[in-house]
Amino acid sequence: MKVIYGGADRIDRDEALRYLGYMRGTAPSDEVEAELAACEGEVLSSCRLAAVYAHFSVTRGERLDMGFASTDSRDIEKYLSGCGGLVLFAATAGAGIDRLIAKYARLSPSRAAIVQALGSALAEQWCNQVHARIRGEYAALSARFSPGYGDFPLAIQRDVFAALHVTKNIGVTLSEELFMTPSKSVTAIVGIKDDVQR
Amino acid sequence: MTFKDKLNSIVVLDGAMGTMLQKAGLPLGTLPEEWNVTRPEVVEDIHARYIAAGADVIYANTFGANALKFGDRTREVVRAGIVCAVRAAASSGALVALDVGSLGVMLAPLGSMTFEEAVEIFKITISAGAEAGADLIAIETMNDIYEMKAAIIAAKESCSLPVLATLVFGEDGKTMTGTSPEAAVAVLEGLGVDALGVNCSLAPAQMTEVVGRMLAVSSTPVVVKPNAGLPAESEGETVYSVGAEQFASDISALVRSGVRVVGGCCGTSPEYISAIRRAVSGLQPLPVTEKDITAVASYTHACAFGGAPLIIGERINPTGKKKLKEALRSGDTAYILGEAVAQEERGAHILDVNVGLPELDESRVLPSVICEIQAVTDLPLQIDTSDIPAMERAMRVYNGKPLVNSVNGKREVMEAVFPLVKKYGGAVIALTLDEDGIPPTAEGRVAIARNILKVAARHGIKKRDIVFDTLAMAVSADGGAALAALDSLSYIRHTLGCNTSLGVSNISFGLPNRDFINSTFFAMALARGLSAAILNPASQEMIKTYKSFLALTGADEKCIGYINYASALTSSYTLSGGSLAAEGGEDLRACIVRGLKAKAAQRAAELLATVAPLDVINSHIIPALDEVGEKFEKKTLFLPQLLMSAEAAGSAFYAIKSRFAGGAPAKKLKVVVATVRGDIHDIGKNIVKTLLENYGFTVYDLGRDVPPEAVVDEIKRTGAKVCGLSALMTTTVRSMQQTIELIRAQCPGVKVVAGGAVMNAEYAAAIGADIYCRDAMATVRYCEETEKNI
Repeated sequence: MKVIYGGADRIDRDEALRYLGYMRGTAPSDEVEAELAACEGEVLSSCRLAAVYAHFSVTRGERLDMGFASTDSRDIEKYLSGCGGLVLFAATAGAGIDRLIAKYARLSPSRAAIVQALGSALAEQWCNQVHARIRGEYAALSARFSPGYGDFPLAIQRDVFAALHVTKNIGVTLSEELFMTPSKSVTAIVGIKDDVQR
Repeated sequence: MTFKDKLNSIVVLDGAMGTMLQKAGLPLGTLPEEWNVTRPEVVEDIHARYIAAGADVIYANTFGANALKFGDRTREVVRAGIVCAVRAAASSGALVALDVGSLGVMLAPLGSMTFEEAVEIFKITISAGAEAGADLIAIETMNDIYEMKAAIIAAKESCSLPVLATLVFGEDGKTMTGTSPEAAVAVLEGLGVDALGVNCSLAPAQMTEVVGRMLAVSSTPVVVKPNAGLPAESEGETVYSVGAEQFASDISALVRSGVRVVGGCCGTSPEYISAIRRAVSGLQPLPVTEKDITAVASYTHACAFGGAPLIIGERINPTGKKKLKEALRSGDTAYILGEAVAQEERGAHILDVNVGLPELDESRVLPSVICEIQAVTDLPLQIDTSDIPAMERAMRVYNGKPLVNSVNGKREVMEAVFPLVKKYGGAVIALTLDEDGIPPTAEGRVAIARNILKVAARHGIKKRDIVFDTLAMAVSADGGAALAALDSLSYIRHTLGCNTSLGVSNISFGLPNRDFINSTFFAMALARGLSAAILNPASQEMIKTYKSFLALTGADEKCIGYINYASALTSSYTLSGGSLAAEGGEDLRACIVRGLKAKAAQRAAELLATVAPLDVINSHIIPALDEVGEKFEKKTLFLPQLLMSAEAAGSAFYAIKSRFAGGAPAKKLKVVVATVRGDIHDIGKNIVKTLLENYGFTVYDLGRDVPPEAVVDEIKRTGAKVCGLSALMTTTVRSMQQTIELIRAQCPGVKVVAGGAVMNAEYAAAIGADIYCRDAMATVRYCEETEKNI
């Protein structure tokens, strides 16, 4: 199991605009652009990027045993076809962004929406970095698969949290309704191909 | 020997339990605490090995034994865990700590659990542990100081055992929720813990800076219980980067810098503990000294008195403020939060919060306003009330170490306030008056101060937690008022050695141009040793005096603060001299479309000089909103601009409302909105609310995580004809369905709008909603249609 920390000096603007509903090729107005820039600064100074990951072996029987939990999900089985192992990870952009969202939810709905989008874009960006690092260590797939995709149940989050000691390692909590707090957090599985060892 | 006795020398704690249980074969997915019941011999054996390695205190296997995980079995699991530890410790002299870890959920405003719910859950574990024979309570691995506070209060209210409290810090020197080491010490010491410090997350060497900062301000023994470095995988096994000998040598360096209680967290084993025992065996502990620091704290940082003087913002106090009174009466927290943020931007260090109005239930309103303000600012707050139940509830839910305003020399008041200060760990403003009133002379006020200190000491409150206010009274009524206040202030500051504060502006009561007198008096008080002033940070005269004082006393290095302040002042003066019309001249409609909040308000105010309020709304604001709404629907303009326009329109409405007794013309339709039970995402719901209000609908917002009964009650109370429900995740769609079922049963005829990320028209129909609205504009259009049919 590994715990890693990261940093960011910018946030993928196109990704944030996409979360805000902008169609490809449409540019925000000057006023929106100025708000985006101001909020980006606040999000970057309040974020705290952390992740935990570990390798598990995959065995196939009546159910698919992923090493940390077993499942009947067809979609994850398909995703993991040809994989003898997987890396499970949890990554977060930190509680500071939730603080900012809580603040602007009370003061300015437009800023709340913008901070929300920038936070999601940052979490995605951080996941890409974690994923790239995993690919540097293992012969890992280029796509990842998260609980809640297709028929892979969200309830598997409970097993993810137990297996990676997510709360203890990176401070992310899981509610009874399976929400993660800080909200800008992601858990995912990355399959490891059998035939390539690194 | 008790834990407090043991603290006279270096105390060695044990090492990891989880790591050891995994080695002993604990299967993945089994809660470690289960083994207290099913495999007690394994747990007992681990304890015995730590004791044999030299641990003075062992942590029972109760880290996660809380009611969220174990429900009705909690007490049984806790008891079994304590029994294992007590059996292992018997005859060794080692003490048994009830180990209390995080509940694994976040408290509001980040998560959905309330502070009091957390206290109750901790109480179950702690009372069971105390009954079963624990010698102390060790609260550890807390990422959030607020959850820590809930656990400590639960401990204090369940038993009288000593408390050891450790938080998790990151490499950036803060906890995950942003708490600095100084703030942590202020809060934990205030709550009266017996030892405080750091555990988990880092290796011992990485803790040096955080621990050093704690040692510098703590008058309480400091604890370190680090990880054996970072976990890494090696041939399928998790190994840690720091070995036992290195670990022990780094620990002994921390002991030599003043740490008194040491142990190991994740990745450590009996080998590490025996290495620590050997490494510290010859060491004498450094004395734990009293740090004479007067500090209050928010959840992020501490504010210390006695250095550069502090500004306490006075604006959140309804006395003489019509708008704030209205806001409090109508429950309009937005106005109060705006004042909080504005004072922070103007340089206040602490904010006074007073919501005292005869018709308000302060014990209900004050704690909720405190929580709301803490959601928008991280400044420490001053809880300002004479209502004792309100003071207690506010101190309890406050996230940090509060400043309390106030106590005075009256026996009855001291007997009511001091126990609260002691229990919840505040600093308190003490007014130098008593049953006989305010003494006219400095000597009289100093005598009261001495008595207050004496009574405080009897309640176990240290001198450093009392800040004296020697009472500025109207100089127009008594020519000696200023000098009496200043002479006593100077004596208290320099001879009694206590910090001081003044509500500066009372001095000018009854005089014209009060700022002139106020700022001169403020300068005099600063020169005599004023530590903090309660004032309006928007007052130019006061801030001028303050900035100049800092520059003149060398508290402002190279006068940089003064230069920045004074040069910005000149330029803003020039700017406000220029005409807005000259720099572009957009009309109100354009300002709203572009989302220019301040300009929209100004334009609306200008228009009101020549145009009737209703015409401003109907021929300027509404067309602008329609233009933006249509563009949004056509996807030529997107969410941020839609919202910025809505906010600009809101500020224009506000400008009109203040000149127009009748208020903006409301539509008849009332709408209740809520995010359903279990769901804490409310941005979408807030957007709907903003837009609906813009279009003149009356909206009742119940917030998030709202139970069905509350929705139905609000619909009945308000007579709303439309109810908007939002859910973000598949797991809460069921809650939405339950809410709709209850509405159908109890509020016939009410239309239900369903929205949120997981919703679509099909789902909405399946759970019985009248309509699915994909976004806020769609909701506005639906409500406009419904309005026509009323």
